[in-house]
Amino acid sequence: MSAIAQTGKSGVKRQADIMLLRFIGYIFISLLAVICFIPFLLVVSSSLSQESSIVEKGYQLIPAVWSTDAYSILFKYPEQMLRAYGVTIAVTAAGTLVGLFITAMTAYVLQRKDFRWRNQFAFFFFFTTLFSGGLVPWYMLIVTYLDLKDKLIVLILPMLLNVFYIIVMKTFMSSIPEAITESAKIDGAGDFRIFVQLILPLSKPVLATIGLFIALAYWNDWYNALLFVSDEKLMPLQYYLYKMLGNMDGMRKAMVASGAVVTTNIPTESLKMAMTIVATGPILLAYPFIQRYFVQGLTLGAVKG
Amino acid sequence: MKRRGFWGYALQNKTLLLMLAPAVFFFILFAYVPMAGIVLAFKQYNNTGGIFGSPWNGISNFRFFFESGNAWMVTRNTALYNIAFIIVNNVLQIAAAIFLFEAVGKWFRKLTQTMLFLPYFISWVVVGAIAYNLFNYDVGTLNVLLKAVGMQPVDIYNTPSYWPVILVLVSAWKTLGYGSVMYLAAITGIDNEMYEAAEIDGANVFQRIWRITLPNLFPTVIILVLLAVGNIFRGDFGMFYNMVGNNGLLFSSTDVIDTFVFRSLTTSNEIGLSAAAGFYQSVLGFATILLANYAVRKYDKDHALF
Repeated sequence: MSAIAQTGKSGVKRQADIMLLRFIGYIFISLLAVICFIPFLLVVSSSLSQESSIVEKGYQLIPAVWSTDAYSILFKYPEQMLRAYGVTIAVTAAGTLVGLFITAMTAYVLQRKDFRWRNQFAFFFFFTTLFSGGLVPWYMLIVTYLDLKDKLIVLILPMLLNVFYIIVMKTFMSSIPEAITESAKIDGAGDFRIFVQLILPLSKPVLATIGLFIALAYWNDWYNALLFVSDEKLMPLQYYLYKMLGNMDGMRKAMVASGAVVTTNIPTESLKMAMTIVATGPILLAYPFIQRYFVQGLTLGAVKG
Repeated sequence: MKRRGFWGYALQNKTLLLMLAPAVFFFILFAYVPMAGIVLAFKQYNNTGGIFGSPWNGISNFRFFFESGNAWMVTRNTALYNIAFIIVNNVLQIAAAIFLFEAVGKWFRKLTQTMLFLPYFISWVVVGAIAYNLFNYDVGTLNVLLKAVGMQPVDIYNTPSYWPVILVLVSAWKTLGYGSVMYLAAITGIDNEMYEAAEIDGANVFQRIWRITLPNLFPTVIILVLLAVGNIFRGDFGMFYNMVGNNGLLFSSTDVIDTFVFRSLTTSNEIGLSAAAGFYQSVLGFATILLANYAVRKYDKDHALF
C-alpha cells in the first residue's frame, strides 16, 4: 500500500501546503493512534499495580506501586483459567477448520458458472441475512428441540457458517481461471477432487484471511456461552472473564474454596485487569503477525464492495 | 449438455449438490426453521404447550410492547445510535484514511495503522473491562484525572445522559482501524494519472484532496453508508450488553431492541413479548434493507446487494 502521492511529489520541491498537510496529518494520526492504544496500556499497568495503591489513588497509566500480586494469585491455582483456555482453544480449532472447509466448498460450487442453480442457491443463503425469525425461535430451537444446552458443540455449531465469508470466498474463487476446472474435468477428475486438489491450494490467501476472521470470532465469542452454557466446565475464556468481571464475590468464593487465598487478601481491582490481560494475551501476541492478513483480506473484499 | 429435466440435472451434478449440502442443511436448520417460530409472537407461551401447542392470543404481545412505551424507546435508541455511529465513524475513518495516505511516511503509517487496528481484535467483554477501568467511580482513570485537576468526579454508571457520548466514542474507537483500512484501499485504487495531472496544473495538496480524493471516494462512501442505513434497526448487542449490562438505571438512554429482546427472554422470561419485539425488529429491518438496497441500485447498479 504505497502512497501514490509519492510519484507526484518526486522531483517537486517540498511546498508549504504539503508541509502543512503533513504537519496536521502527523498530529491527527498520532492522536488517534494514542487514543486507540492507551486503554491497553492502562489495563496492563493497572494489572501490575499494588491493590492498596489502586484503592487509594485509582487506576493509573504508570503504577504508583508496582506489584505482580494479581498475576501470582491468578497463576497459583489456575485450574479454572486453564480449563477456560482449553475450551476456547478446542472450540476455535474445531470451528475454524470445519467452518473454513464448508465455507470454501460452498463458495466453490456457487461460483461454478456451469452450475445452473448457482444463483438460486446463492439467494437461498443470502436471504438469511435479510430476514430472520429473531432471537427467541432460534434460542428455543437450540435449547428445546436440539437440546444442545451445556454441550460443547453449542459453542461451535451456531456460528459455523457466515454468509458474508461465503460471498468473499466466492468472489476470490471466481478470479481463478475457469480453464483449471474445465481441463481437470476433461482429464476425468470429479468435482470434489478438483476442489480439494486444485482450487484449495490456489485459494491460500483467502483461506488465510477468512480462517483468521472465523478464528477471531470463535476466540472472542461469549454470546453463545451467555445464552447456552451454565456448566462452569464448559465456559470459554471470554465468558469466564465476563463472569469474573461481573461477579468478584463469586470469584472470591471460588478461590477460597480452592484454597488459593484467604478471604480478605484478594486484590480485586488489579486482578480484574490481570484477568483481562491473560484472556486477551494470545491475541495481543499474535496480533502483529495476523494484522497483515486482515488488511490483505479487507482490501480483497473492498474491491468488490 | 444433455437435458433430462430437473432430476436428470440434479443427478448429473450430484457431487456439486452434495458439496452444497452441509451449508444448505445448516441454514435450513439455524435460519429457516426458526422463521416458523415467529408464530410465538402471536401466542401466550406456556411450557406444556410449547411453540405450537400454546394458545393464540392475537396481537396482545404487540399491544403490550407498544403500549408500555418500550417499543418507541428502544426503536428510537437503536436508530439514533446507529445514525450517530454511521456519521461519526465514517467521518473519522475517511479523515484517517486520507491522512494515512497523503501525509505520513511509510514506517509511521505501518506503526499507527497497527495501533489503530488493535481495538478491532478484542472482544466486547474486554472492552467492557476497559470501560470499567476508565469510568469506575472510585478507582476509574477518568475520575483520577478529574480529581488531579481539582474537578468533581463523575458518576458515569449512574447517569444516563453521559452514555450516548460514551457509546459513540467507543464505537468510533473500535471500528476506526477497520474502516480506515477499507477507505485507504479505496483511495489507493484511485487512478494515479489524475494526481499527476493535478500536480502539473499547479493544484495544491488541499485542492487535490477536495477535487480528486473525496469525489473519487464518494461512491464507496455512499454504498457503505446506505448499506449501514439498511441495518439501522439492528443494535450491536455485544457492545450495549458489555458496556451497560443489566444496569436498569441507564436503560432510558441505552436500551436498544436487541438488549430488550434478550432481557425479555432471559431475565423476565416473557417469551411472547420477546418474540413479538424480535419479529417487529425483523420486519422493520427487512423493510429498511429493501429500501437501502433500492437506493443503492438507483445510485450504482453494480453495488446493489440484489
